[in-house]
Amino acid sequence: MFPTSFGPWLDYTINGLVIGNIYALLAVGLALIFGVSHLINFAHGSVYMVGAYIGWLGITKLNLPLPVTFAVVAVGCGLLGAVIERVGLRPLRNAPRIAPLLATIGLSVVLDQAAQLLFSPDPRALPTQLPNWRIAIGGGSIGALDLLIAGVGIGSAALLYGFLRFTRLGWAVRATALDRDAAQQCGVDVDKVNRTVFAIASALGGVSGLLVGMYYNTIDPNMGFQAGLKGIVAQLIGGVGNVPGAIAGSLLLGLIESYGIALFGTSYRNLFAFVALILILVLRPNGLFAKARRLPPEPLTGTFIAPSRPLVLPRWLIGVLIAAALALPFAVQQPYLLQTLGNAWLYALLALSLTLVAGTVGQVSLGHAGLLAIGAYASALLALDAGIPVLLAVPLAGVIAAALGTALVFPAFRLRGHYVSIATLAVGEIVTLVILNWESLTRGPIGVTGVPPLSVAGTPLVSGQWVYWIPLAVLLVFAGVQTRLLSSHLGRTLRAIREDDVAARSYGVDLNRYKGLAFAVAGFVAGVGGALMAHFYSYINHETFPAPVSMLALTMVILGGLGNVAGAVLGAVVLVGLPELFRAAAEYRMLIYGVVLLLLIRFRPQGLLGTV
Amino acid sequence: MTTASTTSTTTLTTPSASVAPLLSITGLVRRFGGLTAVNGLSLSVGDGELVSVIGPNGAGKTTLFNLIAGLDTPDSGSVAFAGQDVTGFAAERLAGLGLARTFQHGRVFGNLSVLDNVLVGAHTRLRAVRPRPPLGLPLLGPLAELGLALFRPAAVRAEEERLRAEALAIIALFGDRLTPRLDKPAHSLSYANRRRVEIARALALKPRLLLLDEPTAGMNPTETAEMLEIIRGLKGRGLTILLIEHKLDLVMQLSDRVVVMDHGARIAEGLPSAVATDPAVIEAYLGHKAVGAANQDDAAAVVPVKRGIGE
Amino acid sequence: MTDAVLRLDRVNSFYGPVQVHFDLSLEVVRGQIVCLLGGNASGKSTTMKIILGLLKPRSGQVLFDGQPLTGLSTPQIVRRGIGSVPESRRLFATMTVRENVLMGAYTRDDRAGVAEDYERVLDLFPKLRERHGQQAGTLSGGEQQMVAMARALMGRPRLIVMDEPTMGLSPLHVDRVLEMIQTINGQGVSVFMVEQNASLALQIAHHGYVLQTGRIVLSGPAADLARDPQIRDAYLGGAQAA
Repeated sequence: MFPTSFGPWLDYTINGLVIGNIYALLAVGLALIFGVSHLINFAHGSVYMVGAYIGWLGITKLNLPLPVTFAVVAVGCGLLGAVIERVGLRPLRNAPRIAPLLATIGLSVVLDQAAQLLFSPDPRALPTQLPNWRIAIGGGSIGALDLLIAGVGIGSAALLYGFLRFTRLGWAVRATALDRDAAQQCGVDVDKVNRTVFAIASALGGVSGLLVGMYYNTIDPNMGFQAGLKGIVAQLIGGVGNVPGAIAGSLLLGLIESYGIALFGTSYRNLFAFVALILILVLRPNGLFAKARRLPPEPLTGTFIAPSRPLVLPRWLIGVLIAAALALPFAVQQPYLLQTLGNAWLYALLALSLTLVAGTVGQVSLGHAGLLAIGAYASALLALDAGIPVLLAVPLAGVIAAALGTALVFPAFRLRGHYVSIATLAVGEIVTLVILNWESLTRGPIGVTGVPPLSVAGTPLVSGQWVYWIPLAVLLVFAGVQTRLLSSHLGRTLRAIREDDVAARSYGVDLNRYKGLAFAVAGFVAGVGGALMAHFYSYINHETFPAPVSMLALTMVILGGLGNVAGAVLGAVVLVGLPELFRAAAEYRMLIYGVVLLLLIRFRPQGLLGTV
Repeated sequence: MTTASTTSTTTLTTPSASVAPLLSITGLVRRFGGLTAVNGLSLSVGDGELVSVIGPNGAGKTTLFNLIAGLDTPDSGSVAFAGQDVTGFAAERLAGLGLARTFQHGRVFGNLSVLDNVLVGAHTRLRAVRPRPPLGLPLLGPLAELGLALFRPAAVRAEEERLRAEALAIIALFGDRLTPRLDKPAHSLSYANRRRVEIARALALKPRLLLLDEPTAGMNPTETAEMLEIIRGLKGRGLTILLIEHKLDLVMQLSDRVVVMDHGARIAEGLPSAVATDPAVIEAYLGHKAVGAANQDDAAAVVPVKRGIGE
Repeated sequence: MTDAVLRLDRVNSFYGPVQVHFDLSLEVVRGQIVCLLGGNASGKSTTMKIILGLLKPRSGQVLFDGQPLTGLSTPQIVRRGIGSVPESRRLFATMTVRENVLMGAYTRDDRAGVAEDYERVLDLFPKLRERHGQQAGTLSGGEQQMVAMARALMGRPRLIVMDEPTMGLSPLHVDRVLEMIQTINGQGVSVFMVEQNASLALQIAHHGYVLQTGRIVLSGPAADLARDPQIRDAYLGGAQAA
């Protein structure tokens, strides 16, 4: 496992630099985009995936010569980038700054799902047409593909430097990045600059995808998610918007991963990246190469709260709806319907949790599924391994999710806006990776089987009605508690943090304390939700609560209206219940979520019931 | 409420000249890149005093407020408040010590109602619902607060009622400007009303020192006169105020002392009448040329060219 | 009818639900320096945004050389011949002085003409010649103001709009800036400047408007305004009275 001679280390170094070069192609694009539009483009990984598939078509279906394939990938992805700018960014120019970020998440879901439908979810081989020789260097070796990747990396960097330094449009890009308004007042068409930058960044990203496909000889529709995150990590290491920093950060990340794999094994690869991300965000939020002193804080609200008057449902209507929901199993006996709605109530718990954090406090969390996973594993393992009764294990799991979730996100409390989203996304990934790798506790990739069902006095509550009633009852309790919380002084304090954290601080509001409280309450609710899921599903593994569940939760919350308790429930019923009831084919479901998210952000950011 | 009463007794029993000033700033410096926004500024405000800071836009007045209120930290120099060195204290801590400020551009909580905005101002005064952490355990405090907020025992309800009544009284200071809009979200208010909400929010903190950053910006003469009366009333009640203001009329009528800033430094200080005739002040406001003849070197820097660039 | 290079005609503008301008009308006579005076938050800077197309009025229109600018984007308006010196100068901090000044010629395609104008602008601001390779963010406030003016001139504008050009400058630099504005105006470029400091602006302006909570409350030849007791009271207070 531990290489002792010099040769393997040289190989690991070469490998790290090659991977670093690939990350650099992604990170440079992300840095350029951030520079001109202050947007962290979550669709970038999907462009990379599309690049790999265009390359696959070119190589295996059209038998194009390699240089032509590269050109086609660059042009195709460049066009895709321009389209992303046009539909994802430009219409949201005057929207809150988190809106375009959410739009790129929606676009990324749509692109990934479209690729899955077109090319099937299965991986495909991407054979390289390069000669198969390797040059031996002092115990290590370099192959033709390594050289090609290095060449493309260095060549792209040189071209980019020339473009930014010596062309008029390049100057406009730099000017726009430094001061968008002043650039406009010099006559710069910033839309054109944005389009150009998206096209260049996407062309580089697509080429990166093709190179990776060739390097590992495999591509799949989900390859973009992790890669995009790596690009973001690399960019943050170098400092957002800093192009040379992005290159340095990428090479560093490649080396960290390569050496890390050498020391600990492949399954830890992604963990290094995300731990590095959290460390950077906490210790050097402006990147390794930034000057220490920053400008004083500006009113940079990272929230997505459109000024709106929320729809206040009359009390009698809420009462009628609750009574109807409780009475439904008496009228309807189909177990399938009850099960589907029971599942919707469980997801409503997740939405309730997220709407407190993302809506009320304005901390848009993208890793919320991690809380479900913690709750589910905690409850399942307490019941199975510690022999604790399920009825006790569930609330305990809530407490564990609250404590662990808050502790994990705590370092991100000092961050604002987009950084919170990235940090929570990373925390979600870390939870999944720890579950996967901590085999002695979690049983690793095998998952936990035979999770006992909820039971009272030895009678398991597994029938259709209980699967419906138990989640509904828990949901009603938590929704009531959250409503009461929002009507207390905590409600106005949490919302004040969202509206203007600087002003809130000036009035004595300790941000850590109240963000911590909100995350603890949210962690408890989601933890209990996850625990109930574990006991109903009876089997869980590290993929039961994947990243797309976090995106789904966010879509529910935005659909209902951020911060809106009734809206969270409505969002869950609409997005979990309806597709199931209308028998929408499972493979289209994520695509529908992505489209719904995009449309909401564009046309009804306040959601159905309005933000609170 | 205890702090407020002790303050007023000290003012009554001790002549303000002999005690340490409530706020005293020494040699404050803050640089941004090539620009020095605050350059070795010293200044003090005694208990019950109203001191105005005037100076052209860009003189560093708002940066000074940010440094005092803990939203920014100085490169050097110190700030002392109520007898302790508070240099580098966080804003939330300074608020707890009784320092309230308004913002130049009116940073109200847009989606909160007018009443809720003012109640957030009273945050540091919540006692019943925010008990001191028992046994000094840091986690118990927030959890107790959560529990009390949800179960709301009588003491918590009474406190909320009392603060609500107080907030309504503060809002009533502004006549019928805000009272009919209690439940309106702050983002729907006019610019002038946002400034009023900000001041109401600051008053809800029961401050020992109130920093007002251009309270009459965006107000017409009637509204400005109204605001002048309100500030005069606050001063009459013994509140210590540091005021940034451009409307010199108002400054002259209200201030005990005026500090003139230009280029981050204090260029004059004194009674309003003395400051108004200070040559340095007139220069800052009227430019160099109006005071003396233009410097010949300066004039030489501008070389007339023969051909037009324009058309 | 006067020959107005710029005319605002009954402009009403809003930020969300809050109205900023109420039937704002004003004009800049060709060849003149016109100043718009007013306190902070009176709507001065918003007027600049309206002229430059950064904010669209809800009603009313802006006419440049008799042509309405309605519906044009900022770059299109700049191309029509309006140069801008924004508030706090807004230079491209990590670009060099030369790059900053040449960015002002972004809309132009005549390389030879640009090179010629660049030389001419350096003659106008000789200090910039020494500093042409330096990053603009490291300059002093007065030098930055020169770069901002040079940048605005490079587009060969017929009108330059300036937002508080003397803000944050030392008295010495304030005088220089005022003289630079006069020099620019002497070249036939009309100037519209927004100022808080009435007495400074009125020293060089031909005509002035006073803006208060989004309405013009006073206007007239600069010399008359400078003598107007209302202005003196509002902006100089006891300084003149005493």
